[in-house]
Amino acid sequence: MKKKIIYELKGLYRDDFRVTGYEFGSGEKSVCIVGTMRGNEVQQLYCCSQLVKKFKQLEEEGRIAEGHKILIIPSCNPYSMNIQKRFWPIDNTDINRMFPGYNLGETTQRIADGVFKEIMDYQYGIQFTSFYMPGEFIPHIRMMDWGYSTVENAMKFEMPYVVIRKVRPYDTATLNFNWQVWDTQAFSLYTTKTTTIDPKSAGQSVLCVMKFLSSLGIVKYQSGSRIKQSEVVVDTDMVSVQTAKSGIFESLVKVGEYVEEGTPLANIIHPYEGTIMETLYAPVDGRVFFMHTDPLTYANTAVFKLIANA
Amino acid sequence: MIKTVTSVGLPVDETLTIKKRRIMPKEHKEGMKRISIVTGIHGDELEGQYVCFELARRIEESIEHLKGIVDIYPAMNPLGIDSITRGIPAFDLDLNRLFPGNMEGDMTEFLAAGMVKDVSGSDLVIDIHASNIYLTEIPQIRINELHDEELVPFAKEANVDFVWVHGASTVLESTFAYSLNSTGTPCLVVEMGVGMRITKEYGDQLTDGIMNLMGKLGIWDGETKESRKPIISRNPDDVSYLNASTSGVFVQKVKHWEELKEGDIIGSIVDPLSGKVLDEVKSPVDGILFTIREYPIVDEGSLMGRLLRKEAYKA
Ligand SMILES: [Zn+2]
Repeated sequence: MKKKIIYELKGLYRDDFRVTGYEFGSGEKSVCIVGTMRGNEVQQLYCCSQLVKKFKQLEEEGRIAEGHKILIIPSCNPYSMNIQKRFWPIDNTDINRMFPGYNLGETTQRIADGVFKEIMDYQYGIQFTSFYMPGEFIPHIRMMDWGYSTVENAMKFEMPYVVIRKVRPYDTATLNFNWQVWDTQAFSLYTTKTTTIDPKSAGQSVLCVMKFLSSLGIVKYQSGSRIKQSEVVVDTDMVSVQTAKSGIFESLVKVGEYVEEGTPLANIIHPYEGTIMETLYAPVDGRVFFMHTDPLTYANTAVFKLIANA
Repeated sequence: MIKTVTSVGLPVDETLTIKKRRIMPKEHKEGMKRISIVTGIHGDELEGQYVCFELARRIEESIEHLKGIVDIYPAMNPLGIDSITRGIPAFDLDLNRLFPGNMEGDMTEFLAAGMVKDVSGSDLVIDIHASNIYLTEIPQIRINELHDEELVPFAKEANVDFVWVHGASTVLESTFAYSLNSTGTPCLVVEMGVGMRITKEYGDQLTDGIMNLMGKLGIWDGETKESRKPIISRNPDDVSYLNASTSGVFVQKVKHWEELKEGDIIGSIVDPLSGKVLDEVKSPVDGILFTIREYPIVDEGSLMGRLLRKEAYKA
C-alpha cells in the first residue's frame, strides 16, 4: 500500500486541503475507485475505507494480479466534510459539476483537474456517489447510455440492479461522464444511504467490487456463492409516485419490498392536525427502488420510484 | 394588477407563490406588445429589485404613454431571496439549471415550468442577474453565440456598457434564458453589480435602457434617453481571466471599469497572520477591468477579475 497526495491546495487559516489516494499493486492503471465529492457523503467515505482495508489485506496476501495498479481516493473533499457543508466552503460549488476541470480556472475546477489528471488513464472507474434528493435506494450500479461502459461489465458487480441513465445536459460535467470521454469504463455505485452509515450495505458494496475485479482477473477472490444476475432497468422506465400535498411523510413500506398494484405506500399527514391528507398507492405491481426518507415532504415530489414487473 | 404565476403548498402552514405585476394601458387594444422583466432567479442577487421598483414608478408617473404590457416578476426564487440563499433552499439546487422544467416533475421542476409558461410569448424578456457575492460586474449583457443575431440588436439599445457574446455550452442549456431563446421568446441576460447589494447608479442606468427598449418596441411613446453604445465582444480571446495564485485576503488597489496597462497592480493577496504580501495581482494585458473581486477571502484559483483586451474596444 502506498499512500500519496493526489492534490493539495494551500489553506489561509485552515490546514492545507489534501486529496489523499491509496495505491495497491503495480503496473498498468487498471482500476480507480473514488468516494466522497460532497461533504455529506459519509456512507461513500465509509465504503472506501472498507475497501482500503480489504485491498491492504489482499496485497499482503499476494492476491492482486501481476501488472495491475488500483487507486482508491476515499474523499475528494475533506474540507466540506469537516464543516458539514455539502459543497465547497467558500463558493458553494459542486466538485462533481467541474470535470474535466481546468488547472488555470477557479478553485473547484482546479481540484477537479488535479484529481482527474491522476485518475483519467485508468481502464475502469468506480465512483461511490449520491442522489440530490434525500432518500434510500436499492443498491445498484448506474451507468450512462452513452460512452464506453458496457452492460456486460456492469453485471459483473452482481448488484441487484443495473440502471441505465439517459444523459442529461448537466451530466457532461460529472466525473462519470468525463471518465468515459477519456476512454475509461465508468460505473457509479449507489448503496442504500448517504448521510448515515449502513454497514450491511457498505459490506455488500465491498463484496460487489471484489466480484467485479475478480471476474476481470485483477484480484483473486472467491465469494463462494453462485453468480447473481443483475436486473437491467432504464431510469426513464421507472414508475414515479408523486405527492400532491405537502406535509409529514409517513412511509408504509420499505425499500426493496415487492408491492402489488393498489398497495398503500405512504400517508401525507397534516402537520398540525394529524389527519391523513393523502394516501399514495402503488400504481403498478413492482419493487420499491427508491424512497424519500425526510420526515417532511413537499408537494409534487417523487417520493417513490418503482420498478414495474416486466 | 398582481397575479399568481405558479404556486405550491409547503409542508408546514405556508404557500409558496411566484407573483408578477402586470401594468397595462387603461384601454385594452388588440395586438399590444409585451415586455417582461424577470429577476431573483438567484436568491442572493438583489440589483434587479431596485430596477423592478424604479421601472414601475417611472411608468406610473406617465401612464398615459404606456401602449403595451409590462410584466414584472421581481422574485422567481422567493425562498432564496428571503433566506440569503442563491439556490432553492432545502433542495440545494440552482434554479437556473432546472429549465425548461416539467409540469409533471418534482416541485422545483414544476415551478420552473410554470415560470417559462407564463413568460413565453413576450416580445422581449430581460432577466436581471447581479453576478454573485464574490464579484462585481459592470452593467453588461451576456449572449449565447447561438442567439447572437436575434439578441444583439436589442442589447445595443439596453444602455449597458458591455455586450459579451460567449460560446455555447451544454451546461447552459438548462438556463431560463436558453429555454426562452430556443423556443422563440427573446431573452436578454443582464449581469450587473454584486450579490447582496443594490447599486443604485447601475439600476438607474439599466432602467433607462429598458425604457429605451420599450420605446423601440412601441410599448412606450414617452420620452426616452438614447442608449450608450456598448462594447461588443465576440472573440473569446478578447477576455482575459485573473485567478488567485494563492489563498489569502485580497486588498483591491484599482477602480472598477478602469483602463489598465500590462503589469499594473490590481491588488494584493495578503496574509494577516504572518503580515506578508503573498502575491501582487497584476494585469496580464492592456485592457479594461469589467469584473473585479469583491469578497476579500480567496482560495487558490478564486476568480479575481476579468479584463477586456484593448484590441476589443480600440479598433
Ligand atoms: Zn444570477
